[in-house]
Amino acid sequence: MTKISKKRLYLVLGCLLAIYVVLAIAPAFAQDVTEAEYREFPKIGSRNAAWIAAQLHLLFGSFILGVPMFAVIIEFIGWRTKDARYDRMAQEFIKLCMGAFSTTALLGGVLVFILIWCYPKVMSKLSGIFGPTMIFYVVLFFGETFTLYLYSYGWDKMQGRHKGWHLFLGVLLNVWGTAIMFVSNSWLSYQTSPATQHGVLSEMRKKSWMEEQLAADPSLTPETVMEGVTDHSTIPLHNETTGEFMGTVWDAVNNFTWMPINIHRLVGNIAFGGSIVAAYAAFRFLVAKTKEDKAHYDWMGYTGNFIALCGLIPLPFLGYWLGREIYMFNNTMGINMMGSLFSWLFIIQAVMIGVLFIGANYYLWSGMGRIEGAEIYARYRPYMITIIILCVAVWMTPRTLSKISSASELSAMGGANHPHLGLFGLMTAKNTVVNIIILTTFLSFLFYRRSGKTPTVSWGKVGNVAISSIFFFSTVAIVVIGIVGFSVPTDLRVNILTPYQVLIALAVMAVVTIVDIFMYRKATTSGAINWGEMTDRSQYVLILIAITFTSLMGLMGYARSGLREAWHIFGVMQDTSVDAFTPLLSEAVNMVAIIMVAFFALVGFIFWLGLWGEKKKQAAAAPVEAEVAVESDD
Amino acid sequence: MKKLSLFTICLIILIGSWVFLEFVVGGVISVPIPNSVIAMYMGLIVIAILVHISVEDSQFREFLRPIHETLVDDRRRIHRRVLVVLIPLFLLGYTYSIIAQRANPPGSPRDAHPSPPLELTYKDEVIGTMQDVVNPYRHYEKDDPEAFKAHVENGRRVYHQNCFVCHGDHLDGQGHFAPYLQPLPANFQDPGIIPNFQESFFFWRIAKGGPGLPAAGTPWDSAMPIWEDYLTEEEIWDVILFLSEYTGYQPRTFGEAH
Repeated sequence: MTKISKKRLYLVLGCLLAIYVVLAIAPAFAQDVTEAEYREFPKIGSRNAAWIAAQLHLLFGSFILGVPMFAVIIEFIGWRTKDARYDRMAQEFIKLCMGAFSTTALLGGVLVFILIWCYPKVMSKLSGIFGPTMIFYVVLFFGETFTLYLYSYGWDKMQGRHKGWHLFLGVLLNVWGTAIMFVSNSWLSYQTSPATQHGVLSEMRKKSWMEEQLAADPSLTPETVMEGVTDHSTIPLHNETTGEFMGTVWDAVNNFTWMPINIHRLVGNIAFGGSIVAAYAAFRFLVAKTKEDKAHYDWMGYTGNFIALCGLIPLPFLGYWLGREIYMFNNTMGINMMGSLFSWLFIIQAVMIGVLFIGANYYLWSGMGRIEGAEIYARYRPYMITIIILCVAVWMTPRTLSKISSASELSAMGGANHPHLGLFGLMTAKNTVVNIIILTTFLSFLFYRRSGKTPTVSWGKVGNVAISSIFFFSTVAIVVIGIVGFSVPTDLRVNILTPYQVLIALAVMAVVTIVDIFMYRKATTSGAINWGEMTDRSQYVLILIAITFTSLMGLMGYARSGLREAWHIFGVMQDTSVDAFTPLLSEAVNMVAIIMVAFFALVGFIFWLGLWGEKKKQAAAAPVEAEVAVESDD
Repeated sequence: MKKLSLFTICLIILIGSWVFLEFVVGGVISVPIPNSVIAMYMGLIVIAILVHISVEDSQFREFLRPIHETLVDDRRRIHRRVLVVLIPLFLLGYTYSIIAQRANPPGSPRDAHPSPPLELTYKDEVIGTMQDVVNPYRHYEKDDPEAFKAHVENGRRVYHQNCFVCHGDHLDGQGHFAPYLQPLPANFQDPGIIPNFQESFFFWRIAKGGPGLPAAGTPWDSAMPIWEDYLTEEEIWDVILFLSEYTGYQPRTFGEAH
């Protein structure tokens, strides 16, 4: 029997797959293409097709927008410290970005085609409002593409005296990238909240809105219409009777949830980019053959995780701000999000963020194993684990237990809420523990930073007492504010107490960092960092963190989009397609899992291509080097 | 005294935690905790233990040592045999506890809170958007305390004539009818009820009752009557004032965005 080669087998399988895809999409051509409101995407349905394309595009987009942000900072550090290792790492980051860039654009194209084909009416409405921004988007995209090419391909050529200009290109790349994201965020945030505040509304819409009010109730006068209207009052951008868009493009862009989503995503991109880079480094660490490679990828993984952590720390606060703005825009939407249809998603979110923080701390603690003299901090670890686990337990305790309790358990509790543990389900408890988790993680980092060093300043002991006191009293303050939060009006809690908790945590991090920098400025180093001497387990944790970030983004994307329920544009344009229902949480979780696997398969393929090219280059260079070596031996 | 091995310490922590949650928190300190929540907490404790033992290689080896010895060391032959019997027995008992038929009705799959409509109505007449409608008598609290007091008193009368049989005379959901209802009536003394919702939400829940609950998140099975059939608009707003005054909790209001 003749043996089939692997190549041939893959070719046959590829052809079969291509035939299947062609046959699967064939029914689409049989649909009526004239003036359709919706067209069905074959086999998987329009919503699922758009969902997959959008989420994959977003994940890749997040990666290529996040990585340049820290790559340029690392390059700058390398430039100032004249340490070539930083430069090499930053360049490696950008190489990863280059590989993912074309895939992002490709997925964006796929998404647009799916949307235009499956949702022509919705796209027509959106492009009618956002047309000018779409042209702007194209201009920005060209700017980003060419800047990225210049930045990447010019890396080696622009060393030395041109380094400043190269860094400028890096900054410019980030400006383009951030602007692109802001523009596309305006489209989707407008779908969620097609309204803006009176204070920032255009004169044109102010006038048309007034006319609408007067027409709706002839007994009103312009003065009575304005009674109770403040700069922060929500004004819809559409005629409330006809649904016609009445504002300017800027009104639509500057909608209620635009800026919170912008900032949340901007920081989220840094965290996500860092985690993917760390996962890549972890993979390279695990397969590395030489000590040098292990050391390099260990350092790269550490840097990636550090960046992810820097992004992760403010994310809960920014998410809280976004949630608050959603409540402000529409209370019903807020209740759906936190107390009703989507509330269990936030329990899953708590579990996942718990995994992120536990994972990040685990990695830091593992990292201390490679620093000589770090043992003195090991005794604090059990306490820190206990604090983090207790806080995560509070964070993931559901408020209402009816869905996960039997009838007898419910009656034993006296209702759907446990009389004591149910208090953990309230936001004041959850905000409190988030701040404590963040402070504990910061403490882990502080120990890591101090490992193997001894301060030489005369006020070392006083400094330590001061830092310990700051941690202790700030934690007490955060807990006390949290307890007070149970008994004050919600407005006060949301607008005063919770921001104060956040400010305390941020202030502690800022003050302690400053004190610590001065304390350890001339510290003696008693132990070197043995890069490369990490456990394999710690590397799997880095991969787990990247997987968790990806899943989290997918799930919260489902929440953000699902909040509109049966509306393409909330309250304005109803979804009358067969997919108008909100998918079950289990369905969403399955979909996100599929997307996550597809994302890592694509990312793996792109990274493998990069490695393949690298190996080919090394293989081509090897005989030349050998020849040179032989010649020199002669 | 022989020092306990790391494995034994971890085992003690695990079992101790379960005893603490099941019997101390769920018995002595408070009411029983549902099994699903205990399982969740125990999962976290297992993670904490795994994190602690696996950060350092030496500690990980120390943790695994008794397991390894039990599996291969001839001196531990009796331990091994006991475990070979105990582990399947434990799994058998656990499996039985999950699949055994019990005369225990399932819990309610309802959502935590129903999703309110965008517009607030009273007998099909639109009052305004759920977001913007405020209690028309709330401003008396500052403007005219006497009038406010009268509205609260009216609310108290309405409550005790209509609501207390289910929601209780302390507004804690422990009324005379409460034990016979599933889901149980709302407990207004709970800090998670009144402060989390605007007054318009309470108006909607009172006015529309169980039958007016949304299609999403069903089955609700609420026994709450449609009170707009029996109470005036003013009486409903007054009851809401009373709920807030009696419990000391303020319904949710919104500050300024951005």
